Amino acid sequence: MSDLPRLLASGEPVPHHAPWPRAVVGADAWEEAARWLAEGRLTLLGLWGEAAWAHMAVLAGGDVAVVSIACPDGRYPSVGRVHSPAIRLERAMRDLYGMEPVGLPDTRPWLVHGAAPYDFLPVTGDDLHEIAVGPVHAGIIEPGHFRFTCDGETVVRLEARLGYTHKGVEALLAGASIADGAKIAGRISGDSTVAYALAFARAAEAAAGVDVPARAGCLRGLMAEMERLANHFGDIGAICNDAGFAIMLSQFALLREAALRTNVAVFGHRLCQDIVCPGGVAADLLPAGLAAIGAFLAEVDGRFPRLVSLYDRTASLQDRTVGTGRVPREWVMQFGTGGPNGRASGREFDARASLPYAPYDRMRFAVPVLAGGDVDARVWLRIREVGESVSLIRQIIAALEPGPVRLADDDWKAGGWQAGAAGREGMALVEGFRGDVLVWLRIGADGRISRCHVRDPSWFQWPLLEAAIHGNIVADFPLCNKSFNCSYSGHDL
Amino acid sequence: MRNILLDGFLRRPLTEDLPPDPELAALGARLDAESRRKLGRSLAIREIDAGSCNGCELEINALATAFYDLERFGLRFVASPRHADVLLVTGPVTHAMREALERTYRATPSPKWVIAAGDCAVGCGVYANSPACVGSVAAVIPVDIHIDGCPPTPVRLLQGLLALLASPRAR
Ligand code: SF4
Repeated sequence: MSDLPRLLASGEPVPHHAPWPRAVVGADAWEEAARWLAEGRLTLLGLWGEAAWAHMAVLAGGDVAVVSIACPDGRYPSVGRVHSPAIRLERAMRDLYGMEPVGLPDTRPWLVHGAAPYDFLPVTGDDLHEIAVGPVHAGIIEPGHFRFTCDGETVVRLEARLGYTHKGVEALLAGASIADGAKIAGRISGDSTVAYALAFARAAEAAAGVDVPARAGCLRGLMAEMERLANHFGDIGAICNDAGFAIMLSQFALLREAALRTNVAVFGHRLCQDIVCPGGVAADLLPAGLAAIGAFLAEVDGRFPRLVSLYDRTASLQDRTVGTGRVPREWVMQFGTGGPNGRASGREFDARASLPYAPYDRMRFAVPVLAGGDVDARVWLRIREVGESVSLIRQIIAALEPGPVRLADDDWKAGGWQAGAAGREGMALVEGFRGDVLVWLRIGADGRISRCHVRDPSWFQWPLLEAAIHGNIVADFPLCNKSFNCSYSGHDL
Repeated sequence: MRNILLDGFLRRPLTEDLPPDPELAALGARLDAESRRKLGRSLAIREIDAGSCNGCELEINALATAFYDLERFGLRFVASPRHADVLLVTGPVTHAMREALERTYRATPSPKWVIAAGDCAVGCGVYANSPACVGSVAAVIPVDIHIDGCPPTPVRLLQGLLALLASPRAR
């Protein structure tokens, strides 16, 4: 028996958890799973808590499972004790749910800042100096604090402190109606509003046991790829700008703006906020939509290749990006790092292909993977993904057939939504531009959300940024940071 | 690169005229004449994310693109509150950002003005009632102009910023 079935078989299955199974296990199986994570037999997808329970979502190959352990007094065996990628998640569980992961090596608060000063980890050595940056930065970016310890210009150690944008997302979601939950989900990380809304909607639909109409699936994919394009354009330009090459920023900003204006013409909102909703999409394409997309794709076809060749042929720019902020494959495998950050270091995981969902299960696309692991590889990976997204948009439009874009009330009921909906649980992994967004939720007896957990891809990316900058010069930090482009708000919840 | 630059010369400018927004202009008109005189026709703006979801920042960043080109109006973003006339604040103010926001406000030399941008900054948006948020920006520092929207579009942001400026020509 392979690892996941063995793990599940050792516990009690939970009646309605879709689309992947969940089982309640004892301390032995829980600790065994933690060891398997440490050995690389499983990959950690999420770790969260609620009153008297700790839950862990794991991945093995193309399979996902959730295991849960009862902890009436909040105490359970720490996963971070043996598997460091879990440490920050468990620090957050202490902050948000007052749980006590027994054996957790780092018990400093993480998301919730108390009044007490924060203890940065001590760094000792001759001739070291510290540079403290943030939470208010010089640029127009999200707030976070970075503490650099340097030897001359070289970074010896970076420690990030996050949590500045902690907004109590999960506390607000608990008890919210499904419709309000969708609104909140779309505002957890503004650059990924489609990915979050989609993950939330898919989790709710999985809990209800319903499937959305084919046309809705296509329109969701269309929005998701437009979001990926807009963000990748913005990122490629911004990375080059942090290497002092401003023409790329201004040119890519035009492509990004073109994508957002296309969204207005197609869906009526620049970022497509609140358009993906549980049960489908809130509205069908606007009449001029298809023509606008055609014009946009033609513009990308015309301008993008020239900008790529400019990147490729500018030696002074490559001098800054090649070899900078290198992340070896072992790290992304250990952390289960998703998105371009994982794939640029050789981890072949993309939720659209690895755990396919509509409309990607009917589309042909490649998942680019590179081995370089440096800033240059993260730029190239985005460049390749732009090509795939453009192709996906064309395929999705070709596959669009007339039909409803949203489930009717009766469709929800047919899925068993109202009768005995209480306690039904759903989960979804959706590939946003930054990586896989996880949403898990349970519907209460009143039809409202009783518990919802969201996990941003950044959880498994931020820690690697600290390691990647080691041995680089301080001036390359903005470059590395931008090439990672982790979310603050999505992470801080 | 030469081709791209040449294109820029040969093509008509992408920058667009700004449609007037009477509502926001009226907000600006309420500022007393003295403030308007001091602000003149140029503003140095310091942006502060006090807990936003980053959606507002995306649109604020768009102001620098050729389509909106905020520098043509004498507006520019500066890297330090010490150089700023205006603080442009987004997000429901989180407990963790409260002190940073207050300190940034204190670090900004007078006379200074504050714009709260986005539904969250104006009235907490979906984050109203969150135990982790202090409240809207006005609950922490005095606000002169509110710009609503989730997120406000670049056009609306520009109109709000220009409402602060004295010269009708600039507007
Ligand atoms: S107003 Fe909207 S876009 Fe701006 S921070 Fe709030 S939720 Fe995000």
